[in-house]
Amino acid sequence: MEPDTSISIWFFIGISLLVNGVLILGAGLYQLVHPPPPAQQVVLYQLHANVWWGAVLLLIGVIYSVKFSPSRTRLES
Amino acid sequence: MAPIIGAAFKMFVPFIVILPGLLALALLPIKLTGEAAAVASGGHSYNEVLPLMLARYCGPGLLGLGITALIAGFMSGMAGNVSAFSTVWTYDIYAALIKKDASDSHYVSMGRWSTVLGVAVSIGTAYLVMQFLSIMDYVQALFSFFIAPLFGTVILGMLWKRATAAGGFWGLLAGTVSSVGMWAWVKIDPTALRYVALSPNARDMAENMYRALWSWIVCVVVTVVVSLLTKPKPVSELTGLVYGATDIPSEDNVPLYHRPAFWAAVVVVIFAVLNVIFW
Repeated sequence: MEPDTSISIWFFIGISLLVNGVLILGAGLYQLVHPPPPAQQVVLYQLHANVWWGAVLLLIGVIYSVKFSPSRTRLES
Repeated sequence: MAPIIGAAFKMFVPFIVILPGLLALALLPIKLTGEAAAVASGGHSYNEVLPLMLARYCGPGLLGLGITALIAGFMSGMAGNVSAFSTVWTYDIYAALIKKDASDSHYVSMGRWSTVLGVAVSIGTAYLVMQFLSIMDYVQALFSFFIAPLFGTVILGMLWKRATAAGGFWGLLAGTVSSVGMWAWVKIDPTALRYVALSPNARDMAENMYRALWSWIVCVVVTVVVSLLTKPKPVSELTGLVYGATDIPSEDNVPLYHRPAFWAAVVVVIFAVLNVIFW
């Protein structure tokens, strides 16, 4: 029987979350180091939503990309 | 099970549609108005709640993700509807009734052209939406035109062995035409509201709700009458399609939380509780 060479959809979702997480966390950390002038700050800037949400996306992205990575799923099957 | 999961998510729609507006009402420093007033005054209408809230609370990165999610939502809805339009026209109408013996490449090309036409029609409907006070009004009006009578047809078709194809067709047509007719009647003569919505002071949403109810009743009555007057399909042809003519697999050994009936009951209870709370 041919080995299953298909790649799980969750792997691509993990990669998408990972890339978004890197970009959003990166933008948040940059703003943390170089805060924009008060006139350009979003409401509730002091909560740094993009740092938190970026970190959450990054974490979920890493978990999904690793758990459903093609090499790992092939090994399991 | 899929319709039950769908029903559970469907109950979230009012929250998803209404909650951002209520939050914006409490949090935004500007007063949102209807579309016409916003265009006249250069202000913002309540159709712009999501972009306004995104710009207010989301910094770089998150704002991009939010806008992407909004556009992805619009695109997936549009793509789903356009491909359904193209498939229904090409397979169910054109290939079944108009040109039955064409080559595959002909049907593919017809599908492509109907996709282009579908996109053009949907752009045209955007101008129709501008007549409505808000997108919510428009969606509810469309639901009362198409979804309410369709519900009557689907429920009769699934549960009643005697329903016939002609009954379904004429019932759905009568329900949709009567709904559009009631909408046009009130547009031409606003005093007709007291007949359609049972009150001369009814708001738009109440009118939509009553119009949906009448169109459902018209669809069901016409479907039943036409079905009784036409030749029924033999039960052998209905196996797997109609409730009474299908063998339901035994659920004796299935745990409760895997049974569709259990989850259907949960959905019904939540539906009833939500209706009692928000009546």
